[in-house]
Amino acid sequence: MANSYLTSESKRLATWYFTFAAIIFGAQLLFGLVAATQYVMPSFLFEVVDFSVARMIHINALIVWMVFAMFGSVYWLLPDETGIETVGIGLGKLLFWAFAAAIVVVVLVYLFIQVGPADETSIWFIHEGREYIEAPRWADFAIVVVVLGFISNLYLTGMKGNRSGIVTVLMADMIAFAGIYLAGMFFTDNVSVDQFWWWWVIHLWVEATWEVFVGSLAAYGLITMIGAHRKVVEMWLWIEVAMLFGSGILGMGHHYFWIGTPEYWWEIGALFSALEPLPLVAMFIHVLYDWGKMQGEEDAKGKEHSVITNKPAFTWFILNAFGNFLGAGIWGFFHTLPQVNLYTHGTQFTSAHGHLAFFGAYATILIGMMYLGVQGKNGIKVMNHTKSSIWATCMIFGGVLGMTMALTVAGYADFIISRAQWGATWEGYFAGQGGIWYAQGMGWRLIMGVITFTGFLFLVKDLLSTGKAANHVR
Amino acid sequence: MANKSVWRDNRFWQRSAGWVTGVAAVLLMWLTFDTIPQITMGTDADLEKGVTKRVPGPTVINYKITYEMDKKRHHEIPVIGGANAEGTSSFQEKEKFFGRDDWTEEEAAEMLHLGKLGSQTKNCMNCHTILGNGAYYAPDLTKAWLDPAWGPEGSMQAMTGKDTKEEAMAEFLQFPSQYPTHARMMPNLGITAEEAKGLVTFLKHMSSIDTNGFPRNFGKIQGAVHGK
Repeated sequence: MANSYLTSESKRLATWYFTFAAIIFGAQLLFGLVAATQYVMPSFLFEVVDFSVARMIHINALIVWMVFAMFGSVYWLLPDETGIETVGIGLGKLLFWAFAAAIVVVVLVYLFIQVGPADETSIWFIHEGREYIEAPRWADFAIVVVVLGFISNLYLTGMKGNRSGIVTVLMADMIAFAGIYLAGMFFTDNVSVDQFWWWWVIHLWVEATWEVFVGSLAAYGLITMIGAHRKVVEMWLWIEVAMLFGSGILGMGHHYFWIGTPEYWWEIGALFSALEPLPLVAMFIHVLYDWGKMQGEEDAKGKEHSVITNKPAFTWFILNAFGNFLGAGIWGFFHTLPQVNLYTHGTQFTSAHGHLAFFGAYATILIGMMYLGVQGKNGIKVMNHTKSSIWATCMIFGGVLGMTMALTVAGYADFIISRAQWGATWEGYFAGQGGIWYAQGMGWRLIMGVITFTGFLFLVKDLLSTGKAANHVR
Repeated sequence: MANKSVWRDNRFWQRSAGWVTGVAAVLLMWLTFDTIPQITMGTDADLEKGVTKRVPGPTVINYKITYEMDKKRHHEIPVIGGANAEGTSSFQEKEKFFGRDDWTEEEAAEMLHLGKLGSQTKNCMNCHTILGNGAYYAPDLTKAWLDPAWGPEGSMQAMTGKDTKEEAMAEFLQFPSQYPTHARMMPNLGITAEEAKGLVTFLKHMSSIDTNGFPRNFGKIQGAVHGK
């Protein structure tokens, strides 16, 4: 880390996490393109890198790069929030290398071994075959160790330094985030029980603890980037925690409609998941309101400059507020009631929602954090957009939005034909897949995927070069 | 601070967040304690005594399974061993599975165990959906056992040259790319004869799970006008 303006070891470590996260993000997009191509051209890499393999890497890389970027974000903000250097930074560095090495081994095994015989050895050393948490059992334990080390660093730092509201929320949130992972670490012959606990991990991550994490990052970003008042921001944060956990925890019910669980989950799932968009609307309003308020104060003083100290990062934070509301909130609500989910459950409609939700809620804000890292590392006071950052933002956001639209059209065609008209059988499934709207949707998804990937290349170029650009205030 | 309002007090909101989260978490745990016993797998004795379980025991593979509209619940339910007067499971009618309808509890459990392991190690869920969860590149497997394509009227038995549903399924699982049905094919996953038998057991057992009527109308519609 030569030529770095960073004096904090914690922030240096954060840039390692951001760098590895960006590499895995690239892998996610690449294998997404393989899978998207297979929808259009089924013979592509058939029995070489099959859809199941490409898709497993696509979604696992997604989870892993986000977790890396989340850890990096915590290491980044801790010195600012607590006022002290992070405790246990040596352990943090060791765990970084252990975690990164484990991930590389896991991915290589996915790619080159792919499947094993139906026995426990495969579960321990190849993969567990459970969507999103496919990591083999040995890696589960490695992850637990790494996460425990990370959490102890967070706790020790939070207890020693100044414990702000943001740090308090993160401490409570990350312990839940880690604890929930344990619910996904066992094998059972009962597929209903299996999926019951599997959802504890997936749902309580992405619709509860990760959302609260994002709320904390947004709060931190507003304070550091536009100088929003801490008291107001932290009050909002607590309200958001109440709304997110209040709706999200029991919103779990919407995953228990059809997996063998009792009918009462229809009502519970419908009610609480219908409430889930509310905190996302609130977050969107809150971010825009604070921005307008701070800029207004500045304007009233007769000053004409922008209050934003990091334009590309703030752009991604705004896109987060909007994308979270749109992808998780609106697209989620579209198919959350059991009356429609009976037909949409397990169709391309779900994947339309999944793409925009993961991107809008998490990818955006974590890219924003990477820009904060670049700013700090290069000692920039006010960071401006470059041509590359604008191209990257437009192409990535436009590309994912385009994929979502394409998948939504394909999803409508899919579920109405295969489910409503044909009753979900093998023949019905392929009737849905054979429709012209479906095929067009998949074609457009691939095109939009290529645009997203091109945007990613611009993003990498910008993250690597913008620190040296001349148009920033230093 | 002249007029201190509780609505502007961070401590108030912090406590509220704590209470709301706590209550939601306790409710979730309480519901979990209610749900888990309801989805715990039944036993052979349950099937013998005619006790309906949401997730029946592994020996359900000895019985005929169908998927019928329940008049009270207004959605379809799995009917095991033929219907009684109310239209629910009577547990009477048996059906041969790989030549036998007297699989013991141990044998059936062992086959189901192998099948469930196989469903994970072969990564079924990253192309198919299982109980509607997974990927959308291949058909949902929740009620695949009841799919007409595998029945006596369907094309798969003739294609694989087998006389029964279970044998046709097992043959297909072992050599999927020999029996392509569409441009999109299932790849060869190195599934052995024994593993295939386990996987078919897993599928038959899954079709007996009460999924609150998902998927709707499964196998009832033989096609739609201008479906495509």
